[in-house]
Amino acid sequence: MTLRELKVCLLGDTGVGKSSIVCRFVEDSFDPNINPTIGASFMTKTVQYQNELHKFLIWDTAGQERFRALAPMYYRGSAAAIIVYDITKEESFQTLKNWVKELRQHGPPNIVVAIAGNKCDLSDAREVSEKDAKDYADSIHAIFIETSAKNAININEVFTQISERIPVLDAEGGSAVKGFKLRRQPSVSTRERTCC
Amino acid sequence: MDHNGQESGNMEEVKICDPSILPQCPDHTDTDVPSENHCVNEDHRTPSDPEGLLESADHSSEQDVLPQEPSTEMQKLHVEDDRSLCPGGSETDSGKASQDSALVDNSNDDSGEFVVTVLARGKMEEQGMGMKGASSPLSETGTPLGPPSHRNEDVTADSWRQHRKHVFVLSEAGKPIYSRYGSEEALSSTMGVMMALVSFVQSGDNIIRSVYSDEHTVVFMQRGPLVLVSVSCSRQSEQQLRNELVYVYNQIVSMLTQASITRIFEHKKNYDLRRLLAGSEKILDGLLNLVDSDPSFLLCAVHCLPLASSLRDSLSQILQKAITPNLVFSILIAKNQLLTIVQEKMVIDDARLEPADLHLLLNLIGASSAFQAGEIWTPICLPSFNPDCYFYAYISYLDPPECTVCLVLLSTDKEAFYSVAECKRKIEEAMQTQNALKSIAKAQSYSVSQVGVSDLRHFMYKPFDVPDNHRQLTQFTSPEMEAPYSSEEERMRLLDLYRDLHGRIHSASRPLKLIYHVAERETLLAWVTSKFELYTCFSPLVTKTCAINAITKLLRWIKKEEERLFIRYPPKYSTTPNPSRSSKTDAH
Repeated sequence: MTLRELKVCLLGDTGVGKSSIVCRFVEDSFDPNINPTIGASFMTKTVQYQNELHKFLIWDTAGQERFRALAPMYYRGSAAAIIVYDITKEESFQTLKNWVKELRQHGPPNIVVAIAGNKCDLSDAREVSEKDAKDYADSIHAIFIETSAKNAININEVFTQISERIPVLDAEGGSAVKGFKLRRQPSVSTRERTCC
Repeated sequence: MDHNGQESGNMEEVKICDPSILPQCPDHTDTDVPSENHCVNEDHRTPSDPEGLLESADHSSEQDVLPQEPSTEMQKLHVEDDRSLCPGGSETDSGKASQDSALVDNSNDDSGEFVVTVLARGKMEEQGMGMKGASSPLSETGTPLGPPSHRNEDVTADSWRQHRKHVFVLSEAGKPIYSRYGSEEALSSTMGVMMALVSFVQSGDNIIRSVYSDEHTVVFMQRGPLVLVSVSCSRQSEQQLRNELVYVYNQIVSMLTQASITRIFEHKKNYDLRRLLAGSEKILDGLLNLVDSDPSFLLCAVHCLPLASSLRDSLSQILQKAITPNLVFSILIAKNQLLTIVQEKMVIDDARLEPADLHLLLNLIGASSAFQAGEIWTPICLPSFNPDCYFYAYISYLDPPECTVCLVLLSTDKEAFYSVAECKRKIEEAMQTQNALKSIAKAQSYSVSQVGVSDLRHFMYKPFDVPDNHRQLTQFTSPEMEAPYSSEEERMRLLDLYRDLHGRIHSASRPLKLIYHVAERETLLAWVTSKFELYTCFSPLVTKTCAINAITKLLRWIKKEEERLFIRYPPKYSTTPNPSRSSKTDAH
């Protein structure tokens, strides 16, 4: 069985639950009083996908604005980016759109984008409708899924869907993992190329 | 006040005595106030004082009567000249509201009343605002912070006023940046008034430094475009409160760098800095809690975990071997105390890691427990080292899930994460083969009973000559606080007594070398020489002779245990391929 390393970064507004998603995925635990991430936190988890082992190298970035300038360091060379918003906060969805824009302009060309609408257990306080978010995700050919780190809903699915979209192992797949040279890509039609 | 003809120009101090404008504290009980039974040792029969360093003074007992004075002379603005700080200098002051220092002027009651009126008006406005804020559920529930935070406090409530120490940070434009309790929005008019005070005094070419009321001390500090204000009823000295504000300022700088703060405000005077500090409130909250509860901040020294020197040396060697280019500091921490620190050789030649920076780092680690299994990579500025640049800190716990042993590797290279993470694996491996984690787990702070001096309950000892090289890290040692100081309150009470002694020892106007203080429930002795600073706490029935003998024994014990209690020679390494000197030697 081949082992593939997949660099994945989580982006999104502060407090939307990026760390909670990672925490649920890696450790299957949830802490309601989790502290804000400082800088970025690096974790790994290996899961089996078909006849491959996918080792996710996860960069859980801080959502605070002061760390914004560091983001390129984390999404550069990433095979996938999970952009998280909070379904109970319209504002976080707007931030998400900015992240998509930034990834298109500066991110690696083949990056798989997954949009996660977190806190779907709090649908009473919903501000972002599932349909709007889904339509938006479709328009940019991104994976879309509503999640709840608290109730462990759809967390593994996010990563499974990323695995599905990662191109089969070839030269390209390898370069997506340690592609530090991919820096400064001209901002060409990443829109079409992010699709599977 | 500009016509007062003060010689000291803009270094004057303004004091306003109006308790009504400040957060109120419940009636304080004076049982533990050091003023009672206080005496200063006039006696030179202290142990090993060949140089006759011990000085004495006896002026301090009457100072403490201050809070009991009726505040008859409220609403007066006093401008005080630093240089005339001597008892009895209050020749023009008819009242005695601030008798502890010289009040050389009270001829400008008008302006004082003006400022006080502004303050009082601000308070009313703030109450209005605060109520509005409380009735609007949106502003309350909208914050991402969890329930244990103090952010949601009603700033009009008595409980808010009764906090022991408030700290506010605002921009020069009067924009709120941080408040320890309550939301900054609800306090914006209060902060506006604070800024009005600062600018009002500034317009007279003066600098507002402090305001005293019966219960509270208000200390102002301006650093670049930031204004920091401490409102405290903790009875700490102004200097101590000011030092705490410096820590708060430096913690903000550690997140943003001084250069970028300056740049931001040059660019936009009324920028809302909270945008950049969002999510970092907990770090500042945590810092202020630590400042109150951890004497390291008071002493500006690092607390090391006692460790057999052989073990500490082998840990240092492990760190010394796991290096990569641009790595500057490798720090090992256990139970929030320093185990060892290893430095890049070239760095220590021109600079060193200050205890203050290490405190900020420790606080950051404490506050960043977000996901302890992960490896953190974050920019951090160490303000005492260089306030304008970032280091990149790799932070990882070596013993998940307990998470007591923490490794911090500081690099100057933003991109060095993977190579620094590789150093951690090397360190982890080496520690595993030596079974070091197990030995570290056994390491503990010590009990005062190990000193073997009866009546001695607790002490704090900060040497100036250990290690021998004065450029090394300033450290202190202290046993666990045990009964009767096992409860939170009692611990705080002892720390307050220490703070009081520390304040007297380091008083700018009249520094002391030795204080023998008989309090109601304990007797304390503080002593500073050219070689050390020592604070001891004895049972209340100890005699002076007895206490002095005990200190002689204690000093002997510390000397004997020195190797275990302190890091003697912080080792160095060289990450450059061709070091100018041998990279192996760790001590001269």
